[in-house]
Amino acid sequence: MPIPIYIPTPLRPYAGGQDQVAVDAGTVDEALACLTAAHPGLKKHLYTDDGRLRSFVNVYVNDDDIRYLAGGTTPIKAGDVLTIVPSIAGGVSEAGRLKDIAARAADVTLSNDEIQRYSRHLIMPEVTMAGQKRLKAASVLVIGAGGLGSPLGLYLAAAGVGRLGIVDFDVVDVTNLQRQILHGTASLGKPKLESARARLSDLNPYVHIETYETALTSENALELFRDYDVIVDGTDNFPTRYLVNDASVFLDKPNVYGSIFRFEGQASVFWAAEGPCYRCLYPEPPPPGLVPSCAEGGVLGILPGIIGVIQATETVKLILGAGTSLVGRLLLFDALRMSFRELKLKKNPDCPVCGPNRTIHELIDYQQFCGITPHVAEPGEAEFEIAPADLKSRLDRGDRLVIVDVREPHEYEINHIRGSRLIPLGQVPERMHELSSADEIILHCKAGLRSAKALAILRQAGFSRLKNLTGGIDRWAQEIDPTLPRY
Amino acid sequence: MTSKTAAGRGSATSSGLMIRPTDLEAIRRHGEDGYPNESCGLLLGRVELTGGVRVKAVTSVDRLENERDDSRHNRFLITPATFLSADRAARQRGVEILGFYHSHPNAPATPSEFDREHAWPFYSYVIVSVVNGDARELNSWVLAEDRTHYNAEPIVPARED
Repeated sequence: MPIPIYIPTPLRPYAGGQDQVAVDAGTVDEALACLTAAHPGLKKHLYTDDGRLRSFVNVYVNDDDIRYLAGGTTPIKAGDVLTIVPSIAGGVSEAGRLKDIAARAADVTLSNDEIQRYSRHLIMPEVTMAGQKRLKAASVLVIGAGGLGSPLGLYLAAAGVGRLGIVDFDVVDVTNLQRQILHGTASLGKPKLESARARLSDLNPYVHIETYETALTSENALELFRDYDVIVDGTDNFPTRYLVNDASVFLDKPNVYGSIFRFEGQASVFWAAEGPCYRCLYPEPPPPGLVPSCAEGGVLGILPGIIGVIQATETVKLILGAGTSLVGRLLLFDALRMSFRELKLKKNPDCPVCGPNRTIHELIDYQQFCGITPHVAEPGEAEFEIAPADLKSRLDRGDRLVIVDVREPHEYEINHIRGSRLIPLGQVPERMHELSSADEIILHCKAGLRSAKALAILRQAGFSRLKNLTGGIDRWAQEIDPTLPRY
Repeated sequence: MTSKTAAGRGSATSSGLMIRPTDLEAIRRHGEDGYPNESCGLLLGRVELTGGVRVKAVTSVDRLENERDDSRHNRFLITPATFLSADRAARQRGVEILGFYHSHPNAPATPSEFDREHAWPFYSYVIVSVVNGDARELNSWVLAEDRTHYNAEPIVPARED
C-alpha cells in the first residue's frame, strides 16, 4: 500500500513540483530512502554531509513527531500519512558578538566626503551605511608593519576602519622593500612606524592611526589589546604568535592569523569563544631552528600581499558581521600550484589555554617556551671560533687553511670567499671524506648558525682542527671585503 | 561587476518580496518590543506572477513567540508543532507561509552562519537589526541553491489596501 509523504512548500521544486509523493515502505527510514532515491535533489536539504537527518527537519507520522516515537525505525502502515515539517531557527552568530561595535556604530556619523569615499561599499547590500558605520566604529590592532602588516594596513585604512593601531619597533632595511609596500627607498633607516603613518594618513585621513614603537611582550600585550576589537597578527615568529594567541584568548578577542614561507601561506581566524585557538592546532612550538624565518628561508615578495589581504578581508567581515569567517578553518595557499586548500580545525578539549581545564591562566615567557634562550658560550667554545680580521691576517700570512662554505649553491652564487669549497650543510655527513682531519678547516655560512652545526658534526666524527667564522660571510663582507654583495 | 541572483530553479523561485510598508513597520516594532531578545514571526501570502516575474506577495505578518527557553538574546526557534498549526491555519485562509522574520539585537541585518545552517530553500528570511532598542536596517535573504550562502532578496513595496 503506498504511503503518502507530504512535502513542504520549500522542498517541492526538488520533488518535481509535487506536494505529495507516494512510497512503498514499512518504516520511516525506508520511506525517506525511497523518497530521496526518486528525488535526489532533496538529499542535501534533508540530510547533513555525513548522512544524518538535519536537526531542523522533522518527520511526523500523522500527528506525531517521530522523535517521540521510534525515530527512523517507526513502523508505518496503510492509512498513515508522513509529513516533513520544518522547524525554523536562526539568530545572531559569532560576528554579532562584536556587539560593542553595533552599539558604538549607532552614534557614528559619516560626512558627505566620507560617503563619497566609501560609495562602492555603501551600495553593497552586505555593507550599506550601517556596515560602513560599523567599520568606522571599529578598532583593529595590527602587530607588525612588515610584509603582512603592509597590505593589512593599506586595505584596512582604505576600507575606513575607524581606529588602526600598529605595533612595530623596527627600522626600514633595504631587504624589506621587496615585499613591505608600506615603505619606500626614501624611508631607509627610519622607523617603520614613521613611513606607515605617513602612507596610511595620506591614503585615508579619516582613519585614526595609533602607533606603538615597542616590541610586543608579555608585559604590555594585554594592555595593548584591551582597547581593540580585532587583533591581527602580522608577525612571523613563534614566540609572538603564541603570545598573540594567548592574550587574545584571555581577552576574548578574535585573532586573525597569517603566516608565510617561500611560496606557501596560511590564514585562519582563531577565536576561542567561537572555535579553536592557535594552541588547539599547535599545542607546542617546533624546536627552534626547524622552521626557518623569512630572513633565513626567504619568501616570495608577493606572498605576504596575498595572505595579508586575506587577513584584511576576514577582519572586515568580522566587523561587518557578513559571510562565513575562517573560524574553524585553516586556509592553505600554494603560489606555485596557485591553489587553495582548506583544513577543518576542531577545538581541542585538552587545550592548555582555551580548554575547560586549562592550565595556563596568564601570559608566560614565550621566548623560553619556544626554546629561544640567550646564547651562553659553552666552555671551550671560543677555541673553535675565528673572527674575520684574524682569518684575514692568517690568509695574508700564507697559512694553509681549507675554507668550507656550508650554504646552498644558490647562496654561493650570490657571494663567496675566494678559494672556498662548497659543501652544503645537508651533505656534510656524506661528504666529510672529501676533507682531511690533518688540515685546518674554517667553516662558514651566512651568519654562523649553520656552520656551527657543521662544526659539531665534524667534531663528532673526529675532526679537531676546526674553526667557525664568527658572523659568517655577512660579517666578512662588512669588515673585510666590502666588494661582496650582502643579502 | 558580477552579482549573484537567486539561482534557484523550478516554480518556487521568486525574484522579490512584495510587502506593504506597514507590514515592514510591524516587523521593526516587534524587533524593538522584544529587545534585547530576538523576536520572530511569519510572512504569509501568495506567490504571484506579475509581468512574467514571480514575486512573493505578503498579505500579512504574524507575530510568533520565540520558543527558545535559553539564549533568547541570540537565538530564535519556531517549533515544528507551531509550524504545523500555522501552516494549516494559513491554508484555511487561502494563503501560505512565504518566509519568516527575526531580529538581530545589536548585530547587523545579515544572516549568520547559524542562520545559514538552519535555512530552508524558497523561504524569505527577513532580518531586522535592532541596536540599543531601535530598529535599523532590514533586509530579506534567500538561501542559495547549493546552500553555501544567502542571496539578498529585493524588497518591493506593495500598495497599502
